[in-house]
Amino acid sequence: MASKNESLGKTIGVVLALCLVCSILVAGSAVALKPMQEKNAALAMQRNILNAAGILEAGMDIPSVYDERIKAHVVSLEDYQVVQDKDPKDFDNRKAAGDPETSTKLDKSEDIAGLGTMETMTEVYLVMDENGNRNGAVLHIRGQGLWGTMYGLISLEDDLNTVRGVNFYEHAETPGLGGEITNPAWVKTWEGKELFGDDGKVKFDLVKGGASNEHEVDALSGATLTSNGVDATIDFWMSDKAYGPLLEKLRKGELTNG
Amino acid sequence: MASAKEMKSVLFGPIFANNPIALQILGVCSALAVTSKMSNTLVMCIALTAVVAASNFFISIIRNHIPSSVRIIVQMTIIASLVIVVDQVLRAYAYEISRELSVFVGLIITNCIVMGRAEAYAMKSTPFMSLLDGIGNGLGYSVVLLVVGFVRELFGSGSLFDVQIMPLVSEGGWYEPVGLLLMPPSAFFIIGGFIWVLRTFYPDQVEPKE
Repeated sequence: MASKNESLGKTIGVVLALCLVCSILVAGSAVALKPMQEKNAALAMQRNILNAAGILEAGMDIPSVYDERIKAHVVSLEDYQVVQDKDPKDFDNRKAAGDPETSTKLDKSEDIAGLGTMETMTEVYLVMDENGNRNGAVLHIRGQGLWGTMYGLISLEDDLNTVRGVNFYEHAETPGLGGEITNPAWVKTWEGKELFGDDGKVKFDLVKGGASNEHEVDALSGATLTSNGVDATIDFWMSDKAYGPLLEKLRKGELTNG
Repeated sequence: MASAKEMKSVLFGPIFANNPIALQILGVCSALAVTSKMSNTLVMCIALTAVVAASNFFISIIRNHIPSSVRIIVQMTIIASLVIVVDQVLRAYAYEISRELSVFVGLIITNCIVMGRAEAYAMKSTPFMSLLDGIGNGLGYSVVLLVVGFVRELFGSGSLFDVQIMPLVSEGGWYEPVGLLLMPPSAFFIIGGFIWVLRTFYPDQVEPKE
């Protein structure tokens, strides 16, 4: 029987049959589980947004609270108008940043947060109070940390200057050191800090040895490169190159349709 | 059909007497990578046990038809398919944990325990016994990982399954966590300690002096 197994025909036959069975198995599971996975991913992002906005409470019904309190818009980062033909529900910020059609390559000199490419449109989440009036906004931020890109959300009060919260929901920083960017105690120190100085320039800073004013947050001890990355991330995204003009527009009033 | 005694030794032998990590030193890489939290560790253990049991079972079913010239490729194809299925299931039903385990679920494909059991046992045993052998080795792997995870999470973060047991100094408590335990290399020390204790009870596992 062993010799029969070794014939060329049998070898090819077994391999082909096996590949067929395995590919059906793999493809079947991927297709069958896809809706569930997409639902999970959407739910996780909604949770991150609510968490950054400071609304998240344990045990709440996330999708319904999200629908009630968060208004998502896809906004162009070139003319700062709402992009009409993109549905916020289907928009994926990270895909947009990687897609050449919806991103631009950054010049080395302006790419302080190490992004490589920057999206030309992004999703902006306006936070509503119980009565449906805007009382803040949540924005995507990301930047290079020590080991990889840190993905986060920053939530601002309605003056679009004061920080309400920050949530780095995905990163690869060292546990216990840079990984402390997700520590609730440290995140709390961001609360109430102001991003911009009186001249409208970004003044926010992570400082070593004790934050002393409303623009400063303590850097993470033992994680200089992570702290520098977070600093550069905020500097970049709040600058005129990225969200600066958009925030200015929001301060004056509503988003307008392009 | 194998006797009940043989079945028992195949199923429970790998837990202490013939532990894949402690005695055969297989599959150590994931033992380092995913054990900083108990919840991740537990899911990883279930995933690996499922893969090694199922791959042993399926490989054993077709063992008489696998040409020996391509047998490793055939084994890898089966293992890789099973791992992808497990990864998809985790993403659908345990999304948060699958995000934290990230690449390490995929790396079960290269886990030496799975390959080793396929080649050493499933290729020459009946499907049912192979299934038991797979579950047994999965349990052996799980015991070590859970011990490592227990020590690392309890002393590294002061918690178990994300429930705070010892309040941390940084959050106003009294416990100063051992930061080293959150780093992958710390698992080496714990596995070393585990092997030491194990060999105190099973002196025959000690290698002869060279």
